[in-house]
Amino acid sequence: MLSNNVYLIGAGETKYGELWEKSLRDLAVEAGLKAIENAGIYSKDVQILYGSNSLAGIINGQENIGSLIADFSGIATNNIPAVRIEASSASGGAAVREAYLAIRSGEYDVVAVGGVEKMTDIFGNEVLDMLSSLLDREWEAFFGATPAALAAISARKYMKDFNVKKESLAMMSVNDHANASLNPHSHYKNKITLDQAMNATSVAEPLNLMDCSPITDGASAVVLVSEEYMKKNKLDGVRIISSAISQDYLALHSRNSLYTLDSTRAAARDAFMKGGLKPSDISFAEIHDSYSIYGLMELEDLGFAAKGKANTLVEEDIKLGGRLPVNPSGGLKAKGNPLGATGVGQFVEAFLQLKNKADKRQVKDARYGLLHNMAGTGSTSIVHIVGGE
Amino acid sequence: MGELSRFWRESDHRYRIMANKCGNCGKVYFPIRDVCPQCHRESIGKMKPLELTGKGEIVSFTIVHEAPPSFVRQRPYTLALIKLDEGPTLTGQIVDTDGSNVEIGKRVRAVFRRIGEDGKSGIIQYGYKFALE
Ligand SMILES: [Zn+2]
Repeated sequence: MLSNNVYLIGAGETKYGELWEKSLRDLAVEAGLKAIENAGIYSKDVQILYGSNSLAGIINGQENIGSLIADFSGIATNNIPAVRIEASSASGGAAVREAYLAIRSGEYDVVAVGGVEKMTDIFGNEVLDMLSSLLDREWEAFFGATPAALAAISARKYMKDFNVKKESLAMMSVNDHANASLNPHSHYKNKITLDQAMNATSVAEPLNLMDCSPITDGASAVVLVSEEYMKKNKLDGVRIISSAISQDYLALHSRNSLYTLDSTRAAARDAFMKGGLKPSDISFAEIHDSYSIYGLMELEDLGFAAKGKANTLVEEDIKLGGRLPVNPSGGLKAKGNPLGATGVGQFVEAFLQLKNKADKRQVKDARYGLLHNMAGTGSTSIVHIVGGE
Repeated sequence: MGELSRFWRESDHRYRIMANKCGNCGKVYFPIRDVCPQCHRESIGKMKPLELTGKGEIVSFTIVHEAPPSFVRQRPYTLALIKLDEGPTLTGQIVDTDGSNVEIGKRVRAVFRRIGEDGKSGIIQYGYKFALE
């Protein structure tokens, strides 16, 4: 009896940052080819390709991303399926999940996923209008809401109801920058002090520039295979133990709570249940802290802290040497947040960590990684658990 | 781009805060929904229009400094989630006061204002904002 277990056998990515000299397709192809080479297979072996991207249609005027990636990766004449998966800022997690399901179903043995976002091809604050397409355009963005503004609205209520100080939010960003300083692919390489994190330019009060993930270009790619294929070809991989996705209302104002992410709670519960694991089993987590407040809310809703208590983790526990290292990659704040690539990038980091190849940012005895990718203000959450062997 | 129809289609709701009410469970929705998320099929065809008073209280708020192009000239502006007396919570700006006077829990009422500078088609959009009571 064959298992239908799914393994990650290769990962690659571009540097994240403001990459003026590189185009959408340059980035996608660079990451894709690195992942395939890293996997020890050839591009002709890929049976289906998923591209993940959020905003190329409005930022770059380019749709049909699946074909674009397949074409310029040199596999157009392989005639394999190549489609784009879009789930806003959770596109990457959603694409890896589709790849996982494609293998679990028995239909495919070798699947490539490439996530890409080219965000700096647009002037100044126009990108803010495009980012606001992650929200409900007619009932949130129309009235002047931006993703940062809605995160700030959650932050104010959270801080008031749980008597949490702004410093606890800032510590998420301090931690991201500390880890990113050890990641050669990260957007930012500088560590920041708590003081710097507290006193940056205001974006949407109480959040400032250091609470917000930047506008980043980048691409990340992974290769997933069936266990049978992996063994037959004497390859080596990291197992995707469980995959879960959940949905909530699109607009923040429709949700039950401003600081409980029901979609994250549901996805986490499902991922832990399917994997037969619990939060204390997790060695490290990559979480979707597009805004510092979400880092705290997510740690709670993923099951690592009680509601309103994540501030007890941010001082020591989330550091690289801590009890639960969070965002060893540098996270969305400092590794960067190229929307469609972000969720795939979490798998790149997990692959390195679990293969013990994360160099200076290596989590000691990394066994299980939890990856959390989220759309907008929490309308979609995707949780994967990887590792185990 | 369909900009024009996008705006006039919603104008009744934005000008008068037209909500709807589920004829099955009585819950009020704004923006309107064709189906009640609690009653599903039982609510189809039973969602009845309801004009809201526009009165409510501030659930939480922010003062926005980094804004998209159509809001740049209004910076800094106060954006809030308002829980209306009839039940629904909506997103809107708080105007006619300095941000320092705004607090969670304060009462507000809707006022009719210009919202955005222009769309791609150059039209001016109107709708609700909120003033402290
Ligand atoms: Zn109902």
